[in-house]
Amino acid sequence: MVEHDNTAAGSKIRVRDLDFYYGRVQALFGITMDMPARKVTALIGPSGCGKSTLLRTLNRMNDIIEGTRTEGSVLIDGHDIYQNGVDIVGLRKKVGMVFQKSNPFPKSVFDNVAYGPRIHGIKRHKQLAEIVERSLTRAALWGEVKDRLNDSAMDLSGGQQQRLCIARALAIEPEILLMDEPASALDPQSTAKIEDLIDELRRDYTIVIVTHNMQQAARVSDLTAFLYEGALIEIGPTKQMFTKPQAKKTEDYITGRFG
Amino acid sequence: MQTATIERTTCWLMRVMTFSIVFVIASIILKIVWNGLPAISWEFLTAMPRQAGAEGGILPAIVGTLYLVLGTVAVALPLGTGTAIYLSEYAKPSRFTRTVRLAIVTLAGVPSIVFGLFGLGLFVIFLGFGASIISGCLTLACMILPIIIVSSEEALRAVPQSLREGSLALGATKWQTIYKNVLPYSIPGMLTGSILGIGRAAGETAPILLTVAAFYLPKLPKSVFDQVMALPYHLYVLATQHPDAAKVRPMQYATALVLLALVLAVNLAAILLRVRIRKKHKW
Repeated sequence: MVEHDNTAAGSKIRVRDLDFYYGRVQALFGITMDMPARKVTALIGPSGCGKSTLLRTLNRMNDIIEGTRTEGSVLIDGHDIYQNGVDIVGLRKKVGMVFQKSNPFPKSVFDNVAYGPRIHGIKRHKQLAEIVERSLTRAALWGEVKDRLNDSAMDLSGGQQQRLCIARALAIEPEILLMDEPASALDPQSTAKIEDLIDELRRDYTIVIVTHNMQQAARVSDLTAFLYEGALIEIGPTKQMFTKPQAKKTEDYITGRFG
Repeated sequence: MQTATIERTTCWLMRVMTFSIVFVIASIILKIVWNGLPAISWEFLTAMPRQAGAEGGILPAIVGTLYLVLGTVAVALPLGTGTAIYLSEYAKPSRFTRTVRLAIVTLAGVPSIVFGLFGLGLFVIFLGFGASIISGCLTLACMILPIIIVSSEEALRAVPQSLREGSLALGATKWQTIYKNVLPYSIPGMLTGSILGIGRAAGETAPILLTVAAFYLPKLPKSVFDQVMALPYHLYVLATQHPDAAKVRPMQYATALVLLALVLAVNLAAILLRVRIRKKHKW
């Protein structure tokens, strides 16, 4: 692995020697990398390279898949989230997630955003309404839906649904936002909106984004990590990765020779 | 033969099959309505039977069947949905869950008279409930449990995994996820199972024959430990056991009509509820 100097002090997430198995199939091989606070880290690589799996280890979302196993450690703010007795609810409250296929709940727009806060015990309508407005505003959706809060979320357009999912994740006030190809199913205009949004959010959140779209990684991220066949090949500042990649594999992938 | 001819013939064949089914159902219903309607009167619906059912009404049988259906659903629905939730959401695939599933499928294939004997042995005699509403409800509940479990499991499985993930990712626990983001969407499917179950519970004769149904009991039950008359059994009695079968023929049809209407009414209520919930959570 080629590593540029990115081990500066401000690392929010530190992945150390992470192996991951789906049953007997090993999907991640000794991943070690740091993801800095309030920066956007992009995970790129061909399909099946393990980038989504790696993302899902960061909020222990893989736990819900039968027969998976994780070795090594993931430290968030210095605490190993794979230690015994870790509060997974607390972890997922701190690490929000946006999925590849937008998954609004078949409830109203309001109830979608209020879902997380309600789970975490907020009952007063006034307080919920404030959270909903704030979250939708941050997700750049408030203007479009403020008169339709009681409509079903399923009536929104695809791009709006994905921003709703972002708002829903923001409503629980996470510190980290994981995004699994958040724009892959969207038209160019909606994609641009999501990318603008990521650019806004990076000020307050540590963002890790999986994308198969290299231009997108180049546009939105500060740091890029290239994975191939479950291993981390190279990680570095995005500009450097796309102009002067150190590893041959990275260069081949970025110049479109495979993948 | 030409493909076009085969195509046409096949289409016609299927159409004839479909129509023949409709024809059978329509003729049954028409016959019941035609022969039963004249005997339906206010007295028939609200009075006690007299002279072994040859005169008077069938009120105790209507009330009895209603109690049995409601009691059965009250027992079977929580038990069945609980089992379905456990099997589809919590239990890991193992020999145990495979055995449970096999048991459920087997249960669905058990003849209803066997349920009757089982109810007689367990509830009536062993647990000492006697021939009573509670024995009948528990027996019928055993009988319709498989329908409710299987349809509830299917309804739960129809909820996309992405909705569970979305909820878990927000820090919800498993039960919160099930309760708030899976169950509400699967209730329509679960209701479908209960509708089928209600139909069977209301119509079966064999299980209640040995556990609750009274041959002739012209009074209303006072507690769950009382016996009651029930429509299907009353129908059977009128049709085969009555000394003056020809005289009570209109009563038979009228009883069948009431039973049919009762089941349809309960089903209609469940269907309306299903439509309302579907509208609230469309996806």
